[in-house]
Amino acid sequence: MTQGTQKKPQENNGPVGTGGDFVTFTIAGQLFGVPVLEVQDVLRPQAVTRIPMAPPEILGSLNLRGRIVTVVDTRHRLGLPKAESKEQPMSIVVPYRDDLFALAVDRVGEVLSLTAENFEANPPTLDLAWREVASGIYRLKDELLVVIDVARLLRLGAAAHAA
Amino acid sequence: MDDLLKEFLSETIENLGLLDSELVRLEQNPQDPTLLQNIFRIVHTIKGTCGFLGLPRLQKLAHAGENVLGRFRDGTLLATPDAVGLVLAAVDGIKNIVNVLAATQAEPAGDDAALIAELDRLAESEGGTIEAAPPAVDALAEASNAPDPSDRLDHPDHAVAEKPVEPAKAADSVAAPAQTQAADIGAQAIRVNVDLLEDLMTIASELVLTRNQLMQILRTQKDSVFGAALQRLSQVTTELQEGVMKTRMQPIGNAWAKLPRLVRDLARDLGKKLDLRMIGAETELDRQVLEMVRDPLTHMVRNCADHGIETPAERLAAGKPETGTITLNAHHVGGHIVVEIGDDGRGVATDRIRKKAIANGLATEAELATMNEQQIQQFVFRPGFSTAEAITNISGRGVGLDVVRTNIEKIGGTVELRTAPGKGTKFVIKIPLTLAIVSALIVECLNDRFAIPQINVVELVHTAANSDHRVERLKGVPVLRLRDKILPLVSLRKMLGLASDSSSESGETFVIVTQVGAQSFGIMVDRVFDTEEIVVKPVSPLLRDLSVYSGNTILGDGSVVMILDPNGITALANFTIEESDDKNAAQSEDKAGKRAENVILFRAGGTEPKALPLELVARLEMLDGAAFEIANGRAVVQYRGALMPILSLDPMSPFTPANRQPILVFAEGERSIGVAVEEIIDIVETVYSVDLLSERPGILGSAIIAGKATDLIDISYHLSAAGAHWFKKETQIPFGAEGHARRILLVDDSPFLRNMLQPLLTTAGYEVVGAESAETALKLCEEGERFDLIISDIEMPRIDGFGFAAKVRESENWRETPLVALTSHVSPKDEERGRKSGFQRHVPKLDANLLLKAISETLAPQKDAA
Repeated sequence: MTQGTQKKPQENNGPVGTGGDFVTFTIAGQLFGVPVLEVQDVLRPQAVTRIPMAPPEILGSLNLRGRIVTVVDTRHRLGLPKAESKEQPMSIVVPYRDDLFALAVDRVGEVLSLTAENFEANPPTLDLAWREVASGIYRLKDELLVVIDVARLLRLGAAAHAA
Repeated sequence: MDDLLKEFLSETIENLGLLDSELVRLEQNPQDPTLLQNIFRIVHTIKGTCGFLGLPRLQKLAHAGENVLGRFRDGTLLATPDAVGLVLAAVDGIKNIVNVLAATQAEPAGDDAALIAELDRLAESEGGTIEAAPPAVDALAEASNAPDPSDRLDHPDHAVAEKPVEPAKAADSVAAPAQTQAADIGAQAIRVNVDLLEDLMTIASELVLTRNQLMQILRTQKDSVFGAALQRLSQVTTELQEGVMKTRMQPIGNAWAKLPRLVRDLARDLGKKLDLRMIGAETELDRQVLEMVRDPLTHMVRNCADHGIETPAERLAAGKPETGTITLNAHHVGGHIVVEIGDDGRGVATDRIRKKAIANGLATEAELATMNEQQIQQFVFRPGFSTAEAITNISGRGVGLDVVRTNIEKIGGTVELRTAPGKGTKFVIKIPLTLAIVSALIVECLNDRFAIPQINVVELVHTAANSDHRVERLKGVPVLRLRDKILPLVSLRKMLGLASDSSSESGETFVIVTQVGAQSFGIMVDRVFDTEEIVVKPVSPLLRDLSVYSGNTILGDGSVVMILDPNGITALANFTIEESDDKNAAQSEDKAGKRAENVILFRAGGTEPKALPLELVARLEMLDGAAFEIANGRAVVQYRGALMPILSLDPMSPFTPANRQPILVFAEGERSIGVAVEEIIDIVETVYSVDLLSERPGILGSAIIAGKATDLIDISYHLSAAGAHWFKKETQIPFGAEGHARRILLVDDSPFLRNMLQPLLTTAGYEVVGAESAETALKLCEEGERFDLIISDIEMPRIDGFGFAAKVRESENWRETPLVALTSHVSPKDEERGRKSGFQRHVPKLDANLLLKAISETLAPQKDAA
């Protein structure tokens, strides 16, 4: 299992749908991916300080080598129910507008190199909450990978409630 | 050396270095417009600045050089090697003058007529007229006036060729020994990008956190081999952190720089006569804090000018001088800076505030009835409050004051209004020195930990069902009886939604007493841990709406905690101001007319607490025991780049530093002296009267402070006993005072002395009125004030003690009032002169006993005189 280190990108990620390297993760059995260049760290489960009164999308904050990282409840953001297992989530740390955010996910998978021919736009019937944050779908051999647009995922607040 | 000059030199030396290389590049690219523009700008700056500083020789030379560069820039003259050579010669000339300036702080004698003539000839090459060094004219204008563009390089070159070297040499010979000095100045100050400093601060902060983590680990491992190394690391880290902090410190005067102009313009716009006094401009604070207070300060000064000060006609009618004074006063108190912005204008009638508060629906009559004046006055900081009948374009009062308060509270500061109708208005702002690192109390509520900045913590109360302090409930609302007052409580767990019912809190809880504005309240938590130095980090933008937190931080054990913001808690708890609280009562005057004072309580020899007015203490320091050294037979410590002597309050027991040695630092100007104490107990605001006069030297007497018998230290005794002659140059200021039968006027321009003498004379039972200058004192005379005795300093600015005495003797009111002179050196000659001016006696400063004796002896035969 991947942990604590930065991935080596093999090639640059172009615009959406042109393929590239993705860090994959699963939430509630579904495979997701974010462009590898947008990922700074992958963290093992660790102590998260909860923040009373914070919006529900915020799980809390954690200490990443002296920096305070806000942990986003990706499940909640995707409109999925709370995890049933007691297992602590892992997280994918992404920088966004000078701040670091940790996306809490069930499990972080491999880094996959994907090609443009397997890319498709979101199906029009996709769940609203997902359409809000997904920039498209890659067809893999056994399953579908939903590409997450980090900027949109972190656009919490008004946009989140609208979704 | 004059700061301005120093700055000029350091900047110029840096610029000249640039100039050399730029000019050489110019030779290669004679037409490069950016290059030309740069060079022109540098020379122009030098010329402009030295004109301002009054350096005529430098100015003339720079001016001549600039003219030539102006032609280069306009394209009317080609930068041939010869022409550039001439400009370089001018640059060399400038360098030499600058070098001499750095060494002697004066321009070298002589002139550069020959060089200037060459330069001028080149600059004027088409017109053909050669003037001797032209006077300083606007260079840009002159450059653009330069002759027609048909002019080209032809003849200047050869005219220029050789000569310039000579005058440069002449200057050289003068400057040679000064060379090193100039290099020194260049090296002493460098410009650093603010971002780099911010980065350094962040890194230093990280290091502090890591250090804290390591120290915490170390504590759990006895006899670790890392012990010594970690101690050293810890110390170095602290030094590094302090050093980096210092780079961020700036005098508050930087934030005041624009105010004189502002006040001048306001005076003109408003048709008022205004005078701006700025005291303590050199007081330093973190630049981040400085930036944050700049606008609020400006706003309050506007407010004073616009609303506070009356029109000249109104002032005359009220018997005040035509010119209104706005006073800015900044000084350190503990780890904070207090800035006062005051005017001597009309003040605000509390009644008007009360009416307005009701009219604007901010409070009900019933609520207001329970408040004291002080509390009511704070309504001006509430949103939607305005007492101004006419909103002017300068400031609509109230529109901005709530913003002012918000801004100041944002940085952990407080602001307060003090006003008396007819006498004036004063804003008192208290702000932390720095935002980056603060000391905070770590508390726990259910299993969540939080930090509360120490600045917000007034006191801690432990409550339990069966103890003296227990939480009681009024219709479920928790309150605490504290010193005969009811303190409203906020349950943290309930407010933050940690637990819905608060029943479990009936047992043991800790109450953190805090104060926001005029309101005190308690925050109930489960446990209280240590205090920790924490690095405040801003919360993620996603959480910015949560006003209960002012930031977050990482503790020594590596965990993240949120920092609670009491201001936000009041907003969330949404309580209206209901209870009056004892602090406020204390701040206003009590029945006897005594003002509450901040007093520092500490232990030093013996078990009983000792006390000193906090205003006397410049800083409180906690120093490492290893830092103390012996020099010249006495304990000293290296402090802020100088040796600071350390005194012990108990002459019987020599000073032996503890591991963590608390030191009270007394300072005046550049000099500091430290007093070692065993433990600093508390700082309390209190009204006290001295109950027992002391026979013991060094103790003024005893008083009840914070419920305990406390010895008041006569610090002047200890400082002078230590042979400290360092108060000689004191200026004097009068001290405010309280009193009974005899009224004494103290004229002294030093706040230090006033602060020192106030408790002393009050203790002795006198009523003391202070004046910070002879002028102020004479004003009191005109106003018909009467005193039994006048004590005056001799060395004062403008009117000195002798002049003052002469005026007093000429006056109608005070002709008969006895005069005592306070001097730092009593020579027979001075005494003679003093006697002629009208002083009955001379008393040396810093000798409390002699002064008291002189006062009583002088007053004794004169009881009925005044």
